[in-house]
Amino acid sequence: MVEITDVRINGRGGQGAVTASRLLAEAAILEGSYVHAFPNFGPERAGAPVTSFARICPEPFTEKTEVYEPHIVVVIDPTLLDDVPVADGLKPGGIIVVNYEGLKESLQKYFGDTHANIYKVAGSKIAMEEIGRNVPNLVMLGALIKITKIVKLESLVSVTKNRFRGALGEKNVSAIKRAFEEVE
Amino acid sequence: MSREVKGMTGDEAVAWAAKLVNPDVVAAYPITPQTIIVERYSDFVNNGEVDTSFIPVESEHSAMSACVGASLTGARVFTASASAGLALMYEILYVASGMRCPIVLAIANRAFSAPINIHGECTDQVVCRDTSWVSLFGESAQEAYDETILSFKIAEHPDVMLPAMFGIEGFIVTHALERVETLSKQQVEDFLPEYRSTKYRFNPDEKMTFGSLVLQDYYMEIKRQQEEAMQRAYTVTKDVMAEFSEMSGRKMEIIEEYQLEDADYAFVSYGATAGNAKAVVDRLRNKGEKVGALKIRLYRPFPSLDVQEALSGVKAASILDRSATFGSPGTIMQTDIATALYGKENVPTLHGYINGLGGRVLTLPEIEDIYEKTKDYHDVGMTMTTDWIGYRT
Repeated sequence: MVEITDVRINGRGGQGAVTASRLLAEAAILEGSYVHAFPNFGPERAGAPVTSFARICPEPFTEKTEVYEPHIVVVIDPTLLDDVPVADGLKPGGIIVVNYEGLKESLQKYFGDTHANIYKVAGSKIAMEEIGRNVPNLVMLGALIKITKIVKLESLVSVTKNRFRGALGEKNVSAIKRAFEEVE
Repeated sequence: MSREVKGMTGDEAVAWAAKLVNPDVVAAYPITPQTIIVERYSDFVNNGEVDTSFIPVESEHSAMSACVGASLTGARVFTASASAGLALMYEILYVASGMRCPIVLAIANRAFSAPINIHGECTDQVVCRDTSWVSLFGESAQEAYDETILSFKIAEHPDVMLPAMFGIEGFIVTHALERVETLSKQQVEDFLPEYRSTKYRFNPDEKMTFGSLVLQDYYMEIKRQQEEAMQRAYTVTKDVMAEFSEMSGRKMEIIEEYQLEDADYAFVSYGATAGNAKAVVDRLRNKGEKVGALKIRLYRPFPSLDVQEALSGVKAASILDRSATFGSPGTIMQTDIATALYGKENVPTLHGYINGLGGRVLTLPEIEDIYEKTKDYHDVGMTMTTDWIGYRT
């Protein structure tokens, strides 16, 4: 059996966590994979912590439960680090990708003994410079796919352009590509 | 055959499939988690992508009433609802079947109030079991897509002429993105030729009455005709699904058997739970357990014979039922299965588990625990048990 990869996206209401999980799943579908991607179905308020999920597998699977033990966690908003245990349930040896402007070394303090591989990219800065707004959701996917290779950059670019036509799509693509290069 | 693949949520899959069907009339009222179906479809109408007359109404009672009126002119009619909305339609569900209107109704299965809850649970649909509607459940966005299309063919079949409902669970299917193999407009038009019933329907040249008073003299004959139509719907559904499988390349049957050939134990379920049951079967098979899963796709007419054959030789069955019933001799699905199997040979002991109410997740480890519990019940000679699973005491 090929293992399913579970991705959790931690963000705040209004930052596009749901769009991010959807586009990640659409990119996986484009590559022939099977997916089950969904938001955490709570009431959503702008600014409140939210999660969304993408379950991805190269082969068909029938599991339809919520994700409790993700392999990969993406943190869209750095302020969540103080408020939310973003590493909750992360599989041993899992991957965390954080939107963070400081030094990578200073991230470790948020994760204590969590056995995880931690990566960071200045998602908000890239979003401000490339898109003109602090919407780092797709930016973070650029970083995520560089680290995990869960989908190809060209697939993510394709679904992003399909979702956001014209200039907005191009700006998001530029931001995604920068995060893809700058993640560390 | 080249297959186009798209990412769609369950609700979107219903809307896109309905677009290919292009019904004459859609009358609907939005309710979470069905809303996206109605929103998307009204987009299609607004953009001129379908020929449908869309009737926005002030309630679900009115929605189904408008559907009945439209269907009585011979039109092809579609609507969608959930939970409280479906309950508000309930009176008119009987009117639709009694007047033999082949309306198709998509249900985003959701728990009933109180307490108010918007999440997945199948009670809303199973309690419509006696309304004389053909009733199907879907496990995934793909099945939502497929059942949207084939429901029209079952309902409109001259041997049936009954309305049909199909359900997908709120959020975990309706709002989750999955990979869906789509069909072409041509495929759907070939499978489902244009419908315009003229028999016993309103038309400008003939005087007719519908909905008239029928008392002791003929009421029971009308009801008996519905029962005979429902019995014919069993064969028609089988045939329609076989034809659909041929056309789409996706196997679609009234029940689905998974690893049952040599199974000592079985899970029986419907809807999204069936997917989780299959995942647990894979886990248990890896540990050497002889276990399989049976999915009930067609709920009404109940496929008694098929269930009996599928479970023949199984020692004990765990029935995972995501619907609530109180003071009943078993879970709703369990009592149907027990009736279907009563007095037959080589039948399993039946262990019903009410679970997942109001969107509560039944995890894979919990399903494994259920498996052990069922084995224990069977080993001590209990033939019929019913438990609630996954709640705090």
